[in-house]
Amino acid sequence: MKISLNWLKQYVPVDIPATELADKLTMAGMEVEGVTERFQFLDSVVVGKIIEVSPHPNADKLRLCQVNIGKQIISVVCGAPNAQAGMKIPCALPGAVLPNGLAVKKSTIRGEASAGMLCSETELELGLDTSGLMTLSDELEEGISLNTALNLSDTVLEIDLTPNRPDCLSFIGIAREVATMVDQPVSLPEIRLPKASGQITDLTSVTINNTDLCPRYTARLITDITVGPSPFWLQDRLLSIGLKPINNIVDITNFVMLEQGQPLHAFDFDRLAENRIVVRTAHDKESFTTLDGKERLLRDTTLMICDGEKPVAVGGVMGGMNSEIEKTTTQVLLESAYFNPISIRKTAKHLTLNTDATHRFERGVDPDGTLTALNRAAQLIAEIGKGHLIDGIIDEHPLPSTANAISLSMDKTNQHLGTSLNQTQISNYLQSVEFNVEIKDEDTLIVLAPSFRVDVSRPEDLMEEVARLWGYNNIKTTFPKISGVTNLPNQSSQIKDQIKNVMTGYGFSESITYSFIGKDACDRLSLAENDDRRKMLNILNPISEDQSVMRTSLVPGLLEAMHRNLSHQIKNLQFFELGKIFISNGQAQQPTETEMLAGLWTGTRSETSWHSKSVACDFFDLKGILEDFFHYFKMDPIIFSKMDAELCSYTKAGHTAQILINGMPLGLIGEITPDVLNNFNIKQPAFIFEINVNTFIANLPETKMFVPIPKFPFTDRDITLIVDNDVQAGDILDKVRFFEEKLMEDICVLDVYSGKPIPVGKKSISLRIIYRSFTETLSDRQVNLVHQQLTGRIIQKFNATLPV
Amino acid sequence: MENRIEQIKAEALESVAEAADIEQIKSLSVKYLGRKGLVSLFLRNISQLPVNERPEAGKQANITKKELENAFEKAIADFEAKTKDDGFNAIDVSLPGRPSSQGTLHPITHITRQICSIFSRMGFDIAEGPEIETDYYNFEALNIPKNHPARDMQDTFYVSDNIVLRTHTSPIQVHIMEQNAPPIRIVAPGKVYRCDSDLTHTPMFNQVEGLLVDEHVSFGDLKGVLEAFVHEIFDEQISLRFRPSFFPFTEPSAEVDILCVMCRGKGCKVCSNTGWLEVLGCGMVHPAVFENAGYDTTRYSGFAFGMGVERLAMLKYGINDLRIFFESDHRFLRQF
Repeated sequence: MKISLNWLKQYVPVDIPATELADKLTMAGMEVEGVTERFQFLDSVVVGKIIEVSPHPNADKLRLCQVNIGKQIISVVCGAPNAQAGMKIPCALPGAVLPNGLAVKKSTIRGEASAGMLCSETELELGLDTSGLMTLSDELEEGISLNTALNLSDTVLEIDLTPNRPDCLSFIGIAREVATMVDQPVSLPEIRLPKASGQITDLTSVTINNTDLCPRYTARLITDITVGPSPFWLQDRLLSIGLKPINNIVDITNFVMLEQGQPLHAFDFDRLAENRIVVRTAHDKESFTTLDGKERLLRDTTLMICDGEKPVAVGGVMGGMNSEIEKTTTQVLLESAYFNPISIRKTAKHLTLNTDATHRFERGVDPDGTLTALNRAAQLIAEIGKGHLIDGIIDEHPLPSTANAISLSMDKTNQHLGTSLNQTQISNYLQSVEFNVEIKDEDTLIVLAPSFRVDVSRPEDLMEEVARLWGYNNIKTTFPKISGVTNLPNQSSQIKDQIKNVMTGYGFSESITYSFIGKDACDRLSLAENDDRRKMLNILNPISEDQSVMRTSLVPGLLEAMHRNLSHQIKNLQFFELGKIFISNGQAQQPTETEMLAGLWTGTRSETSWHSKSVACDFFDLKGILEDFFHYFKMDPIIFSKMDAELCSYTKAGHTAQILINGMPLGLIGEITPDVLNNFNIKQPAFIFEINVNTFIANLPETKMFVPIPKFPFTDRDITLIVDNDVQAGDILDKVRFFEEKLMEDICVLDVYSGKPIPVGKKSISLRIIYRSFTETLSDRQVNLVHQQLTGRIIQKFNATLPV
Repeated sequence: MENRIEQIKAEALESVAEAADIEQIKSLSVKYLGRKGLVSLFLRNISQLPVNERPEAGKQANITKKELENAFEKAIADFEAKTKDDGFNAIDVSLPGRPSSQGTLHPITHITRQICSIFSRMGFDIAEGPEIETDYYNFEALNIPKNHPARDMQDTFYVSDNIVLRTHTSPIQVHIMEQNAPPIRIVAPGKVYRCDSDLTHTPMFNQVEGLLVDEHVSFGDLKGVLEAFVHEIFDEQISLRFRPSFFPFTEPSAEVDILCVMCRGKGCKVCSNTGWLEVLGCGMVHPAVFENAGYDTTRYSGFAFGMGVERLAMLKYGINDLRIFFESDHRFLRQF
């Protein structure tokens, strides 16, 4: 809401600087977002004296003026008929921007140079005369700027009001707040209705069919008016806060709305069928053309103002073309009503039509302010429109509002705020903003909020008023007492923090990508038709197509991030994301949210350096990290098992492993397929892993017990086996561990080889087995015996042979 | 014969003097003193000398052997001393080391952890909640009824009439109060979503919510806790102010402003010439919220607060573009 200080001063004296006022308003909860000087543009408009006027050689209607602007004389092309030598006029210099948006600059008009622009009153918004140049007093000195010369100044405050203070959506509302700040009374405009005759009830009637949607409807009738431009003072008021004047009747309704906070509407009385008003809901799918020329489709819940036959306005929202005030209008029916805020809001949403009226009605106007605004506007219309006021008011008021008395405890107020104010102080603060206060007992006040304070209904609302007026910054800082009760730390968030830390240790940087992705993400990942991740949750009002569903995988985000980085010439990337995926349970339900960890590695194993040739990263680089990652978290047993080709979608078959914990799927690791890379416009291999963090946390071991450090030395034995190509090394390791040979401590793969002299279809696997006893130093004989037995079992199990 | 041993000795000493490194000396040692070395050979061949010459030759040979052993040892010691002294085999320590990689945490994670750590030292626990909420938790339980203008304060992403992407972390307050009896002290970090995208808004961003409920909690306590927080996360000296504001779920409500960290209050682009920066919203929990949670409003009071993590990160790191947080640009991520 914009507030002109000059206009505001009509209701309350303000003798503090504008910036100080702005600060006080902000600190009282009405945040001032901008302070501007309305006449600043006049800095570049100076007093000029026309020295000489000569005809323009190339244009009959234009003339060349030599203008003294103090330090120099400039030549200006001018079309004004009243330009003559000796006259003092406003001259806009290059750089000036006039209120209508025109930027003045040096130019050539029909071949003649013009170094400025001589202005009329309207061009400067300083008057209504459009006929010629504005005439300035002879006493003004050439060259001084017009705002100084005419002593023009008006500060405009831009106030960002919170939705709970609709009472401040008016000059009088702001004036009330300012009055308490500067300790001055508010002076409300005196309403002097002109002499009236006739009787309104003889001429028209108002019928309310939906009293819950329209608890009050008041009207007055003014006849014999002349529609025309508003007088300058009225136009000036509207212009000062950036509103365009239209005609006197419309301008008055706008002016009174801004002054009083009550939206009004003026109907052309002669265009109302049967000269009467019916307030009712629309018929379903009825159409209606609003003042802005748009045809609107109505619902049967939309409240309409109708005449004897048809709708003439969307109640509290916007009038209709069919009853608009026109130049020829002579009789005006003026409406001032109170509409149900929820109903107005629904209609405004439905019609996507937000107006100054809906803004006020949906927040709640003063239910008792209806008549004041009606009379104020009627007075102005009769005065300015030179009309005749019909005697009487129509006041249909089926549902009068009742003020509710709030009982306020001093103790509780002070306790809640941390203050030690006495009853008199609290009472004074509340009275200063027009609350009615009665003392019930030492501790209790009975408070009635003024009707315009629709936001106040509970003691806490009053406490806020007290706190605000006493000053938040005057409330002493204290600390809450420490409670002895503590809860267990949040394990899940601690683990997630730890996961992130560990991932960075492996060289992965954390990335955060948007939780929404494009609908085509599943296709781009080549997911099977029956894949769970195709159950995506749609956003009804997305920002864009590519952010229209909730992600069901972190992989698209990582691939997109990879693509963006490649386009920045960053080819070696290691990053991870820990965040939620959302599997839909239908649009009407909350989805299943699962925390996932995903990582991507592409490019070289390490940064280019002189130490070694760059080697491309591979599956085993990533797998090694994951193995160590699980080891760090003491997750055991983790199995990486070959993923069946038909289960692979965005990772290559034969290059993908499923990660299992206790036989349950925990995640996967693999190389992205060329097709999917292509779908993301990527031309370089990438390896990814995904881990379900919920499953991960659920399977974290309890505190692991200490294992004593061995006292006796180990002995190792190597063995090379020749097995079929499709035997998985991991299987051999798992099976050997499964044998639970007491003396075997560890087993590792030393080498894998296929090619000559190994027969085709076979490969050799060399293993090293570590033996150790906790009770003695093993002798060679003991080890040989165990080793022979163990390898015998392996050979049998995997149908292996020994090398020749 | 004496000449022969003398000759060997002279040759050996000459070779040692010319040796380029320890390895050469060692092989010379083998050549002369090894089992099949020249000196050993000489000794073995003494038996072939006339008897009268044998004692003298043996003596000479043994002396030579001793002398050569000493000479070799000394030469080796000399070489060793030399490599110690003058950086004989020095490496170019200015060459870059073998690359190792330490990843980085996202700035949002850094700031969220800082915030949570400050509050957890004040006894607050960490809480979490769903990112997709019902209308009830996101709005109604927080005293934002349907068709209330306060809903305009947040542009909501809808999944259906009743399901929304949470617009703030405040629904976590409600979950926590439904599941726990007072006293409550939590902070709840998380992603939130609003249907708004421009230079200063991303449709997803991060908030940290806080809630404290107990007996006799006052607005003064709220000020104390948040003042301590602001001083710790910015600096001890920074000025701050509490400004009346409005949130449907708190009453009284306040915004916390800090003196602009860029211009120190003089007015600049960052603070829109006000000299102040909004960093936190807060207030005393609205009784309607307690009623919805089934708390006894005559016994308990409390305060809640919320802050945008990106905003704090931008102020602390001097980041001037909000969108960069979610672009995963390595050149950005690697800076933190």
